[in-house]
Amino acid sequence: MKSSLRAPAIALLPAGMITFICFYLFIAWTFAISLTGSQLLPSWDFVGLAQYERLFASARWWTALRNMAIYGTLFITGCLSLGYLLAILIDRGVRAEGAYRTIFMLPLSMSFVVTGIIWQWMLNPGLGIQQAVRGLGWEDFAFNWLVRADRSIYTVVLAGIWQQSGLCMALFLAGLRGVDPNIWKAAKVDGIPTWRVYASIITPMLRPVFFTAAILLFSLVVKSFDLVVALTGGGPGFASDLPARFVMEHILNRQELGLGAAGACMMLATIAAVVGPYLYAEIRQKKGG
Amino acid sequence: MRRFPLYLMLSVAALAVLFPLLVMLSTSLKPLAEINGGSLFALPREPTLDAWAKAWGGACISGDCRGLSVWFGNSFAIVLPALFCSLALGALTGYALSLRAARWMDILFAALLIGLFIPPQVTLYPMIVLVRELGLFGTLGGLVFAHTVWGLAFVTLLFRNFFLSVPRDLLKAARVDGAGFLATFWHVMLPLSLPVCAVALVLQFTYIWNDFILGLTFAGPGRQPVTVALNILAGSQLGPQEYNVNMAATMIAALPTILVYLLSGRLFVRGIAAGAVKG
Repeated sequence: MKSSLRAPAIALLPAGMITFICFYLFIAWTFAISLTGSQLLPSWDFVGLAQYERLFASARWWTALRNMAIYGTLFITGCLSLGYLLAILIDRGVRAEGAYRTIFMLPLSMSFVVTGIIWQWMLNPGLGIQQAVRGLGWEDFAFNWLVRADRSIYTVVLAGIWQQSGLCMALFLAGLRGVDPNIWKAAKVDGIPTWRVYASIITPMLRPVFFTAAILLFSLVVKSFDLVVALTGGGPGFASDLPARFVMEHILNRQELGLGAAGACMMLATIAAVVGPYLYAEIRQKKGG
Repeated sequence: MRRFPLYLMLSVAALAVLFPLLVMLSTSLKPLAEINGGSLFALPREPTLDAWAKAWGGACISGDCRGLSVWFGNSFAIVLPALFCSLALGALTGYALSLRAARWMDILFAALLIGLFIPPQVTLYPMIVLVRELGLFGTLGGLVFAHTVWGLAFVTLLFRNFFLSVPRDLLKAARVDGAGFLATFWHVMLPLSLPVCAVALVLQFTYIWNDFILGLTFAGPGRQPVTVALNILAGSQLGPQEYNVNMAATMIAALPTILVYLLSGRLFVRGIAAGAVKG
């Protein structure tokens, strides 16, 4: 090794070890465990894909997957469209812009647990919004999604959008600020209406920002654990369960390490299927440019 | 007047964001009777700080009736060393990687970046095994280690991208003056990177304070951070609840990161943008 490389190499030793062991070796370990019959503790009696068969035979896992699909679709579209709308509104040159920005991003500084508990209180059927609206004279008003098995996942969507829209707004606002002002001047000269400029020129220009934001939100969706724990506890029953919560429970509380590991590997596969192509394209682009 | 719809939409959105927080504040100031008999929207008729006092000093969490203050202190005991460790390691790693002295450094950086996307559930159990083998399970050291590992990718990314933007001539000048790898880092690069340090500090403080999953897993009983205690106190439970105490506790748990956010202003935004738009 060149002597000029020795010092940086030593400095990179801890980070290199962490990356190798705690990221990649651990993934391999979890994958290996998912092929065993491990229950409370890791054991190395390989059972092939039996844990995956059990996983996909479990109604609860399917519920969790279906919920992730619902949550992911609505949460990502909700955050993107709301965030984009807010960014456009702010970018129209309003007074007190800073105040609006600060307010929209405020929920981002709070933990998912805090968000979950606030919304649990708001949506409490006996004392929350439902009761308050009934008190205003609308007697048969119903908003009891929190305790309805077929609706509780939508409360998670609601709370999630409330918390993360500000993130999208910040990303889109940065994108809008980077748009060449000459485009606006040219559009004005040509008499193109504002909405048309946004729809046909600006939005296509911001496609990379949409991608980045969507990828970021998607990885939040797959990891989502705290919010659903604090808001619905996965309930009623397992109605609002998510894969992350399913995995945590089987690994830590249910002594089903092998099954939990299989679930974790499926989570990783989901992320890899979406994020992998994105990272690949990103790296290729960088080499080209 | 043409701008009226613009302001109307922005104000409605701002209200929608603030409304749950105002409800939380107003609930925390009501006595319990007023909550059970009244409306969520009503302002407190007889505002009282009793619920805040109980949440801070008297609420029972896991059989410990000293209130949230104990767990609040735990969180600080976790955050301070974890911040220091993750920033120190991230800055050094980011600096070394920014030299790009060999091809494997870029590969290591890419490998580290991919780590940002690994769901914690995938590596959690082997991490428990490792921490247990090190004899650190259920100790502060174990939790700080976990936070350092999980924060490494993000902090390194921030620092590396900043150091890459420093003119190469500065590094050459330092070398001509006889400064080695560490001396250049300490005397030249680190002082330059104070703005990035501030961004990393704000973001990591927020992430570590708000962490739930690592605190739940790695902290021993009685050592858990305030998020875990808050979830035990107020999260998804049935039966009679002191909602005013729960809301006061929620505000107390949220206050440090909200304050950091409001005081740090643009740093927070810059950190989020830097973390999202990989350079």
